Amino acid sequence: MIGVQHYLAVSAILFVMGVFGIFLNRKNIIIILMAIELILLSVNINLVAFSAYLGDLVGQVFAMFVLTVAAGEAAIGLAILVIYFRDRGTINVDDVQQMKG
Amino acid sequence: MNYYMQLLDTMPELILSLGGIVLMLAAAWMGDKATATISWLAAACLALAAISLGGPTSYGGPAFDGLYLADPFAAFAKLLIFIAAAVSVVIAPRFFDRAGGSRAEYPVLILFSTAGTAMMVSAGDMLTLYVGLELQSLAAYVLASFMRRDGRSAEAGLKYFVLGALASGILLYGISLVYGFSGTTHFGGIAAAMKTGTSGGLLFGLVFVFAGIAFKIAAVPFHMWTPDVYEGAPTPVTAFFASAQKVGAMALLVRVAMQAMGPASHQWQQIVIFVALASTVLGGVAAIGQSNIKRLLAYSSINNVGFALMGLVAATPAGAASVLTYMAIYIAMTLGSFICVLQMRDLDGNPVETIASLSGLSRTRPGLAAALAVFMFSLAGIPPLLGFWAKFVVFDALVAVGMWPLAMIGIATSVIGAFYYLKIVKTMYFDEPQGRFEPSSSALEGGLIALSALFVSPLGYFAIPALGVASLAAAKALF
Repeated sequence: MIGVQHYLAVSAILFVMGVFGIFLNRKNIIIILMAIELILLSVNINLVAFSAYLGDLVGQVFAMFVLTVAAGEAAIGLAILVIYFRDRGTINVDDVQQMKG
Repeated sequence: MNYYMQLLDTMPELILSLGGIVLMLAAAWMGDKATATISWLAAACLALAAISLGGPTSYGGPAFDGLYLADPFAAFAKLLIFIAAAVSVVIAPRFFDRAGGSRAEYPVLILFSTAGTAMMVSAGDMLTLYVGLELQSLAAYVLASFMRRDGRSAEAGLKYFVLGALASGILLYGISLVYGFSGTTHFGGIAAAMKTGTSGGLLFGLVFVFAGIAFKIAAVPFHMWTPDVYEGAPTPVTAFFASAQKVGAMALLVRVAMQAMGPASHQWQQIVIFVALASTVLGGVAAIGQSNIKRLLAYSSINNVGFALMGLVAATPAGAASVLTYMAIYIAMTLGSFICVLQMRDLDGNPVETIASLSGLSRTRPGLAAALAVFMFSLAGIPPLLGFWAKFVVFDALVAVGMWPLAMIGIATSVIGAFYYLKIVKTMYFDEPQGRFEPSSSALEGGLIALSALFVSPLGYFAIPALGVASLAAAKALF
């Protein structure tokens, strides 16, 4: 029998993978965008699992809002990435350090 | 309550979002030559929204099934937010004109970001909180990278976006846990669930929610984006981030802490004490080695957020009121400082940002030097300037609940901060002049600097009784 705790475990694993994806990734920024998406989707699993478990619809409505905002966020992220690439000609994470201190 | 009455409660947000949409169409239709007109219309929208705060928005109570709260607390915070946003709109056209082409989207983005900020300080439910916060942030990411051809601006936008999105993710994960373990996303419901006992899951959620909001107010240990973003973003945008956004996120934190998590105050007090102390210390120490004035002001904002958080630690109406008072005085100081930074241009009109270039400013531009000195002394909390009063009410609230050790540490850390503020004053008044700044040519910027300098000068003490009554009335709405 798969209970709510199994869903929570999957979601926690995805969340941690997403956070590590942002900090350990040394290659390129597209991977960071994917990691952000992974974090938001892990939250959605949490919300829907709790919603089903509690028999309360709010969690599923919340998940819809998160999906919508995530779409807008990805669009803006890619747009910023494009202007960054035009300026530098690279999207390597290690090169994002013109400002320091 | 019928639908029409509830819509009246949300009047400021309606004005801002509808005004933003109309102005966006105007910007698309008329192009960049209409920038000046659109800027003034945007400022007019903000003024209208501020006037509408006198209506049911400040006393209407819960609207839309408690998703939106129209109370004096939100109205107080919104007034500060609208003033700060209006200032960042009107100072921008001149800056962008000289930086090579102003674009009409800037005031529109400010309006949307302000609408989101206003929505989140009125949030009565995690859903409104999240949507408001994202509306504010998504517009802010674009604003940070607004100067497309400037590499620093693009980098600032990218860093802000990645770390901001991570913060939203952390906040959301916390919200999902709080929802799962309390069974509701409504602030009142969460507080009721916390009253019956805080389970491990609920506590976990609380920590994540606080971490997410700490990111947005740039408190240590979630501050690392701040110096880079403040340095790279165009100066009017930085002024907006340091004032309007900061007030919004701070008010949101106070509301969540008091209204949703109030019964768990013993748990979050420990977190807030750590964050407040770390912010004041790191904000003070790390600023010492900075050579760029915008980076220095970024660390100064981290430092100030730490002091404001100390008021929250008290977890009393007086404590919440002291946070509001602090933020009201803080935005006057920070907006004044950033407009002074706008005035820093060499004789060819190029912006200069190094602290060394301020050398001998008292001889070349005595008025500007005097104003900047007033802001620096005030930020350092030196009496008789108003910045002293801001810190005083915070420590007073702490002592009233017997937390005098924290108040004493706070006073000690404010001395560290005083070092680099005084260093700027010393550079301006005692160093040999190096190069000259161009003479002031904007009556608007000069007037705004004079106005904020007058407010933080001892004359500002006339405003204290009104400020005290208003902030206490606002804070009482939370309890």
